[in-house]
Amino acid sequence: MNYEAVIGLEVHVQVKTRSKIFTRAAAGYGYEPNTLTDPVVLALPGTLPVMNKAALDATIKAGLLLSCDIAPVCKWDRKNYFYPDSPKNYQISQYDKPICLGGSVEIELPGAARNVMGEHKKIPLTRIHLEEDVGKLNHGAKDSLIDYNRAGTPLMEIVSEPAMHTADEAFAYLTSLRTTMIYGGISDCDMEKGQLRCDANISIRPVGETKLGVKVELKNLNSISYVRDGIAHEIRRQVAVLAAGGTLVQETRDYDGQTGASQSLRSKEMAHDYRYFPDPDLMPVKVDEAWKARILAECPERPFDKQRRFYADYQLPYTLTSVLVPDRSLSDFFEETAKLAGVGQAQVAGNWIVNDLLRELGARQLALADSKVRPSHIAALVRLIDAGTLLNNAAKEVFVEMFGSGEMPDVIADRRGLKAVPTDVGELEQWCRDAIAANAKALGELKAGKDSAINAFKGPVMKAAKGKASPKLVDETLRRLLAAM
Amino acid sequence: MSAELHYKPIAELAALLDAKKISSVELTQAVVARTKALDGRVKAFNSYDEADALAQAAASDARRASGQARGALEGIPVGFKDVIAVTGQPLTASSRMLANFVSPYDATVTTRLKNAGAVCWGRLNLDEFAMGSSTENSAFHTTRNPWDLTCVPGGSSGGSAAALAAGEAIATLGSDTGGSIRQPAALCGVVGLKPTYGLVSRYGLIAFASSLDQIGPFTRTIEDAAIMLGAIAGHDGRDSTSFRADIPDYRTELTKRKGPWRLGIPKEYFGAGLDPEVAAAVEQAIAFYRAQGCEIKEVSLPQTEHGVGVYYIIATAECSSNLSRYDGIRYGHRAKEAKDLLDLYFQSRAEGFGAEVKRRIILGTYVLSSGYYDAYYLRAQKVRTLIRQDFLNAYREVDALLTPTAPTPAFKIGAKADPLAMYLCDIYTIGVNLAGLPGLSLPCGFSRSGLPIGLQIIGQPFKEAELLAIARTYEQAHDWKNRHPSL
Repeated sequence: MNYEAVIGLEVHVQVKTRSKIFTRAAAGYGYEPNTLTDPVVLALPGTLPVMNKAALDATIKAGLLLSCDIAPVCKWDRKNYFYPDSPKNYQISQYDKPICLGGSVEIELPGAARNVMGEHKKIPLTRIHLEEDVGKLNHGAKDSLIDYNRAGTPLMEIVSEPAMHTADEAFAYLTSLRTTMIYGGISDCDMEKGQLRCDANISIRPVGETKLGVKVELKNLNSISYVRDGIAHEIRRQVAVLAAGGTLVQETRDYDGQTGASQSLRSKEMAHDYRYFPDPDLMPVKVDEAWKARILAECPERPFDKQRRFYADYQLPYTLTSVLVPDRSLSDFFEETAKLAGVGQAQVAGNWIVNDLLRELGARQLALADSKVRPSHIAALVRLIDAGTLLNNAAKEVFVEMFGSGEMPDVIADRRGLKAVPTDVGELEQWCRDAIAANAKALGELKAGKDSAINAFKGPVMKAAKGKASPKLVDETLRRLLAAM
Repeated sequence: MSAELHYKPIAELAALLDAKKISSVELTQAVVARTKALDGRVKAFNSYDEADALAQAAASDARRASGQARGALEGIPVGFKDVIAVTGQPLTASSRMLANFVSPYDATVTTRLKNAGAVCWGRLNLDEFAMGSSTENSAFHTTRNPWDLTCVPGGSSGGSAAALAAGEAIATLGSDTGGSIRQPAALCGVVGLKPTYGLVSRYGLIAFASSLDQIGPFTRTIEDAAIMLGAIAGHDGRDSTSFRADIPDYRTELTKRKGPWRLGIPKEYFGAGLDPEVAAAVEQAIAFYRAQGCEIKEVSLPQTEHGVGVYYIIATAECSSNLSRYDGIRYGHRAKEAKDLLDLYFQSRAEGFGAEVKRRIILGTYVLSSGYYDAYYLRAQKVRTLIRQDFLNAYREVDALLTPTAPTPAFKIGAKADPLAMYLCDIYTIGVNLAGLPGLSLPCGFSRSGLPIGLQIIGQPFKEAELLAIARTYEQAHDWKNRHPSL
């Protein structure tokens, strides 16, 4: 029998705010344990939560970027359960009135080849709600230590509909979600720092069946690749169980990305009763049109909208957009360069950025922000090439030096004598006449209609020019003289 | 004169301090001496720090000497119910769970009283986590009623009421979730004010039931209540439920408002279970207001009978969640020999909490459970809305309501072993909390056996100035405040 997998993802994204969600204590990663705390974080007797509006702003932004409906009123609920990483033994969350409803994540599936764009789809979302993160337990041999630095960090939970069917779709979904969050400045989404975490709900059903199968929740998928591998593994496991005549049970499984195996954590019978109820310490929040409009004004262009625009406005090929677009600052860098470089030069500028600039940055493990080469440098370089002042090889040399020094390209080219020198038109014309006169065979072929025969004249001209003539100018001059003959 | 300092109201002491006839150190010494002499019998305090109080008093005197006195509360010793955080002082909630807990931070009311120059005096006993009406649920000891040491002082803020009645503080703070300020004030013959929900910040008050809890003062006089309320009221950025209300000068407002008022008598508050002596005293107070030209009108609050039931669903639901943080992990009582995490939770909480606290946690956990939430918690919230609507309907016709505060005067220690009998002590006070209204209790007479009786006046939301003025009219014509227990 053929089976179809049905996959839904629950993604937790830490919101990047200066302070925690319900108190002014700083939020952050990598600090000495229990230094990012205060009486509220530690749930000392008598302390109360007060909402950090910036966390809600960011979540509304995420919702707007993902085309969600923003609820006019959202409220806070307590999710009650005991665990030492949760200082109050309840988590403040949003139960039946989340801030964002519906919406979708646009994804791009892998293409037939690396340089070919794959299919785009929209994966519908159920909801996005905001809650507080918990602390971290560090288990030792005899005891466990708790670090509450993370406790109270604002955390979005983004829940998809069970609408994906392959591990590749899940991978593309997470990639797109991550890019969108980073674009919006909502989160850095560093999975190693726990800023993005993913649980997957997976079931299979016979192809054609509409009812959902028995759901397995896969946890601890702590890299995007593990999500893909873990889901693929789980689908195979479920198919194998059914193929062997077994039955699937609703359970939570732990996937180990290193070994590629999963094991059962708990079955449905042990499910919690969280006893949700509205948090009496917090008032419901009204989000009016003005609030939404303010956030909308702060929303960047969505990544895939930008991809489409780069293709339409600059005719950039997928090989360039696939590199430029996922990185907001890189795509901004490109657009500024394209603007400065002038009409028709965007693709050339894009090539310099994607091929040369990223190569040099990568070789030195530098970030774009560290680059001494700015859009004005690349634009100037592209203009020099276009004008015939710099030849390709010379331009490459100029770029490398420019990358190291941050000087403008014409300064470097002048100092190093790298500029093409057909400054004396008369001299160039003479070299051209000499070359034509010296090669009657080529002239004959040219007259017979073989256009490429013109190249035979160029070598002697370049030789006479000691390699510093602009090929473009040489070509133009030859054609002008030949036409007059 | 100094022998009587401990029974003088704030307003009078402030005048003496201003005139430099006494110092804050002298006043604080008088209160300390009184406490040392009596508290072995009254047992109002869980703890106090004499040296710290005198140091605060000396600092106050220094401010006054340099012309930086901060107002009527400058140098006045104020006692704290042991659920309100004061930096460096114990914060126990009269529970084994927090027996060794010292607060590293100040409640907002504490900060405000300190800013007003008050001396933060000792920690006052209560029913554990404010759950009870007699202080018998304190894990440490039962506070005695200064008028009869064999009787309870009421509760849960019994220590705050008894300390004031015994002259062991000049004013005290309590908290009121279902009557925990007003009922002990009535039983101990002092003024107790529960402000409108949201008027006083709850930050730093150990939560019992968040949607009902309010901090308020115990004082000898209505004027003192106005002074204390003025110091602690007002919006607080640390409490999301605190209201952005303009805070009038309550003390000045007292002299401006003279009535006559339209006063409602809710008929449901005068039915079965009301002690005849209490009924008679309250009737006399009503007659007084009528004689003053007030319009007295019978009103009906038909949902009253559901008050106690609704209260014990909402309050226990909230407390079951609020008290989850007491788990022995970060602070508080931790069981010594737990086998594993679950065992640590079970043992720490089994040892740390008393029977009434456990009863309410279990009840609250039940009403929030999947499958029961709609039938209990959600329905209780709906009835709560109706209860509030009852009051608001009544306020279309009247300015305030007059009722007994408690159905009986103080009862004997041990007399109410049945929890339900104890719950009925709050039958007249609970509605005010459910509706979020301000209410106060002031002395309106004594029983034949010499126990105080309280009159409850229930006001409209955020109209404390009017509520206090109505109470003051009665107080000025009566002499109850000058009676003191013989100790």
